[in-house]
Parts: sequence; structure tokens; C-alpha cells
Amino acid sequence: MGSRMKEFQSKKSSLFVPFITAGDPSPVVTVDLALALQNEGADALELGIPYSDPLADGPVIQRASKRALENDMSLEKAMKLVANMRAAGLTIPVIIFTYYNLLLQLGEQKFFELASQNEIDGLLVPDMPFEESKDLQKSCSAHDLSFISLAAPTTSQGRLKEIGEAAQGFLYCISSLGVTGARTSFANGLDRFLDEARSASSVPVLIGFGLSSREQMQQFEGKCDGFIMGSTIVSKIEELGPDLLREDKKGEALQTFSDFLSKLVPLNVYS
Amino acid sequence: MKTVYPDSRGRYGEFGGKFVPETIMFALDDLEKGFNEAIENAEFMEELQHELADYSGRPTPLTYAGKLSAKIGGASIYLKREDLNHTGAHKINNAIGQALLARRMGKKKIIAETGAGQHGVAAATAASRYGLECKVYMGEEDIRRQALNVFRMKLLGAEVIPVSSGTKTLKDATNEAIRQWVASVEDTFYMIGSAVGPHPYPKIVKEFQSVIGYEAKAQFAQIKEGGLPEKVVACVGGGSNAIGIFSAFVDEDVSLVGVEAGGKGLLTGLHAATMANGTAGVIHGSLTYLLQSQEGQIQEPYSISAGLDYPGVGPEHAFLKSTERVKYENITDEEALEALNLLCREEGILCALESAHAVAQALKEARSMRAEENIIVCLSGRGDKDVHTLFEQQKEEVSHGQ
Repeated sequence: MGSRMKEFQSKKSSLFVPFITAGDPSPVVTVDLALALQNEGADALELGIPYSDPLADGPVIQRASKRALENDMSLEKAMKLVANMRAAGLTIPVIIFTYYNLLLQLGEQKFFELASQNEIDGLLVPDMPFEESKDLQKSCSAHDLSFISLAAPTTSQGRLKEIGEAAQGFLYCISSLGVTGARTSFANGLDRFLDEARSASSVPVLIGFGLSSREQMQQFEGKCDGFIMGSTIVSKIEELGPDLLREDKKGEALQTFSDFLSKLVPLNVYS
Repeated sequence: MKTVYPDSRGRYGEFGGKFVPETIMFALDDLEKGFNEAIENAEFMEELQHELADYSGRPTPLTYAGKLSAKIGGASIYLKREDLNHTGAHKINNAIGQALLARRMGKKKIIAETGAGQHGVAAATAASRYGLECKVYMGEEDIRRQALNVFRMKLLGAEVIPVSSGTKTLKDATNEAIRQWVASVEDTFYMIGSAVGPHPYPKIVKEFQSVIGYEAKAQFAQIKEGGLPEKVVACVGGGSNAIGIFSAFVDEDVSLVGVEAGGKGLLTGLHAATMANGTAGVIHGSLTYLLQSQEGQIQEPYSISAGLDYPGVGPEHAFLKSTERVKYENITDEEALEALNLLCREEGILCALESAHAVAQALKEARSMRAEENIIVCLSGRGDKDVHTLFEQQKEEVSHGQ
């Protein structure tokens, strides 16, 4: 694990990890959005790689993937984009969120080369369950990358223990069954699931899938170490997209985006 | 040597496995356990056999295509008549098996995906017979192309849910069915329609389709006093009828040929020849061959036959190709149409466009074989559903003065 991820782990209890799709609405604007997220208090960035068949995603992120693919985005290009983010001042950890097929086609060796060259800190593969990911998890450790594991409310206690013990960086707990996307209610027995996840794991336990407001985060006060938020943010980017792409309107659109974030980021959620 | 796969991780050599969101891992484990228990249970297997016989109409005949064989010259051609199953295709074998399994596992709701509509109709039929609620996901483009099957599903009481994402075809319907399964996994059974998807689906579908192979083998042995055919030919989209018929012959000295859709020709890029032009990758939860870009984006297949129009293939087929146990060939739209017409005129059998690909390849193979040699072709379904496509095709030919 690299130093950025270590710093992330030691920060505070209400960690905030937003998700955006690389290349949406354009590669250049993705860099601007990453910086805006950092400025508004993001503790790490989950950078989604667009995929033609995103099985774990709902319509909002599917549409973002489609837009990004139209901009010719790929795993390799997205990783190189992180170097631009670093050059522009991004200091928080960046976690690459990619479906397994894209990683498989790029090749592991090339992936780790690019990860090192472009200062990438973590990897999350939503369609690669624990059993299939053991070798990749080891390779990540060997290359100072955190392999982010997921646990779901449907994960058995035995598996949760195994996943929790092996977790690197943070443990991503899925709040509800189904795909990504804002929702109003969460899975039954979520509190017990989070308790079990925290006792099974020595890394921060973050909750994601479906969170769309600061009020929802407050529901989980004291039950997890932070939050991951995707569709709500991506939806805002979709709305602002046309303006973000216009030089004369970009500044104003970025300000609107920052104002929107300032109402979401759980800076003082536990105070 | 007997073949023993998949292994405990659901792998067929390097292929197969489970590449799915964590949320449905428990459901796959449950399914594996439920399936293994069911096939060891005499009562379950007896009910399955009973339903296949009394409801679906098994055994289906093995018909000698004497006139067709004589016309072509060379080997004798036998047709395994899955077209004579209830609902008109082999899909019902699997749908009955999985519906009985769902009921045994206490699930009241099933979801399914469909391309050409045959699996959708089979799923809706089985759901109706066994008292299950049924939702079928279907791409908007396929809904348009297969209006009659959509109507049949609705008559059977199923809800047909249009899928508007991606290219609005089978690939996207499958994505959507998996997404919906993730959301409702606690009380819903996903009835997958081909030998694809995460483990244990390819194994389950093969088990329920293996009846095609065992029947064909026994029927042929009866006709030829214990003999085996020299060759078995079947079409491959996802590959469930092919894996079903191959299963009885894979450990025998019989040549096996899988036939993919060559569409308008491999050089045109308009085809569904996953084995010929695909590379290893992950689609719908399984590591297999698929049509994809260099970066790993899944590419759209094309075929005149909606049932072969799939960018991936079952992982066991990928394995059988890699070990060279099965030879995979491809047949163009034009060759398939020609074979369909010939079979119709010589034998009075209108087969599905999918099956016409297998017939076309069998005709090619037969020509270079000796008169005393035999080929079994899996006639996976009947052509009623394709009459509209054929009509449009003929109209086009007429307008071109042919």
C-alpha cells in the first residue's frame, strides 16, 4: 500500500469517496471535476472506466459510460489521465474502477506499469468476486496498490470474515441489493451487516450504492467509516455536461458543481 | 479418457468461472447446492422425465433424411427433431428443468432473457405450467423483429419487459436480466436460456439439454445395431443444443462439428462467428471467447437468425475448441437460407434459421464422406417463427428480379 492510501486510512471517520467516469463529458473536464471534488473535501477518487456492458451499474452510470466511450476513452487512456490530474494538483488517492474484461485485455503487467507511472493507488473490479481475485490481490500488494474488496448484505458470515481479513485500502460495503443508483431505502439488516464487516476487517469500512444525500449518510452515523457516492454526482455531471464543454460556460458550471458538492460532502456529518 | 469438468471453481480449463457482482454470489452457491441435490434426487428426476415425455412430447424422433441425402450424395443424414418439441424448439427441455428446480428451491418468481423469443416462450410456458410468476427481458429491437413470440409470451401470462439500453438486442436483455436478478435475488430464480453465464449455469443447461444427445445416441444405435454416427453437427449461438447433443458423443470416437453464424461473411465484419474471430474475455459472468475490440469493449454480432446473434459462446465450447475436440465452422446467411429451402422441398420440414446453419454445414460435410457413413444433425427448432423474415427475404429477391 502506498503512502497516499495510508494517509487516507488515518484521516478521519467520515471518509468521502466520490465516483466519476473517466472521459465524461470529456477527458479534459474529467481532470477539472477531479480537482473540484478534492477541493470540496473528497478523501479519495474512484475513477470509473467506461464499459459497453456494465453489469453492476444502473442507468445513470451506463449513460456516462456511453458518453465516455463516444469520447474514445479506454482503461489505458484513463490511467494516463491520472497523470494530468496529478500535474494539476490532485493529491488524494485514485482508485481505478474497471470491469474485469478491460483489465484482462490490457494485461496485468501493462496495468501495473501504468499504475506506477501514473500514481494510481487502488483497483476495484466489480465483477470479480473474492474467489476469483486472490491472485490479482497478491499482485496488487506486490505493486503497492490496494485491491478494494466488496461485501454485500447477502454475503455469508464466513465469506465476510475471509473478505474482511484480506481487505486492502478499505472495505466497500454495498448498502442495498441491485445496481448502482440513488434510492430511498436500504437493505434489511444493514446495521448488523456493517457491524460484522467492521469486526471482520482492520481497514476502514465504507458504504456505497444508492447514497444520494447528506441526510442518508447521517443515518449511518457511527456505523461505518465513510461513504462512496456515484450516481448522484454523475447525474449532476450529466446535467451540467453541455455547459462544462463550452469554454465560455465551463467556469460557471464548475462553480455550480462545487456548490452542489458542498451540500453533499459529509464534512461535519458527525459533529 | 472421460472428461471431468467443470472443476470446483466452475472452470472448463481456463474458461468458465464466476465473474459477477458480490451481491449474487450467495445465489450462485445456493443454486449449485440446489441443483446438485435435485439431480441426485430420484423423485425430481422422475418428475422431470415424466414432464419431458407427457408434456413436451419426448422422445423426439430421429428422422432419416433420405431424399436430401440422395440429392447431396455422400453420407446419410439423420435429423434429431427438436423442432417437434412442445413450443417448437429444444429450449423447452431446459425451461422445464429449471422451472422444476426453481419450484423445488422454493422460488415463486422467475426472470429470463430472450433474443429470438424461443427461450422466452419456453420460460413463459414452464412458468405457467408450474405456477411461477414470469418476467422476460427482451431488447426493443428483438421485440420488433419477433412480434409473434412476444404475443405468445403475453398469452402465456408472462410480462415482457422491453430493454432500451445498448443495441436493444439479446446482449442487452441479458445484462438487464442479470441486473434485475441482482436486485431481487432473495426470492427470484434467474432462468438462463443457453449454456452461458456464470458457474453453475453452463453445467445446469448442459444437464437439461443432454437428453438430446442420449436419445439421439440410443435411437441411432437401434437403427444401426449398436453403431455410432461418424459425425454430429449442431448450430452454436450460446451453444445449448450443441452442448446437449455433443454430451453423449464427446467421449466416443465421433467427429463433432459446431456451426456459427457467418452472417454476410467474416470479412464484412457482419457475423456472429465468436470462435472464428473472437478472443478470450469475460461476458455475462463467464470467461470465454467473445467478439470484442482490442480494448475489451464487447462488439455487436450480426446474423439473419436472431437466435445465433450473440457476441459470446458457452465456456465449455471455448474449452472444446481449445482442446480441438470439436471443430467449429461458420455458415453465411445465404448458405443457411439455401439449406433451409432445400430441406423444405426435399423433406417437407421447415426448420428454424438457426438449425439451417447446421443443415448447411452437414450438407458440406456429407459430400466428402462415403455412402456408408452417417451424420446426425441437431434440428434445434422449427421455422414458424422465421416465416416473416423468410417472407421479407423472398420479397427482396423478387424485387431484385431473382
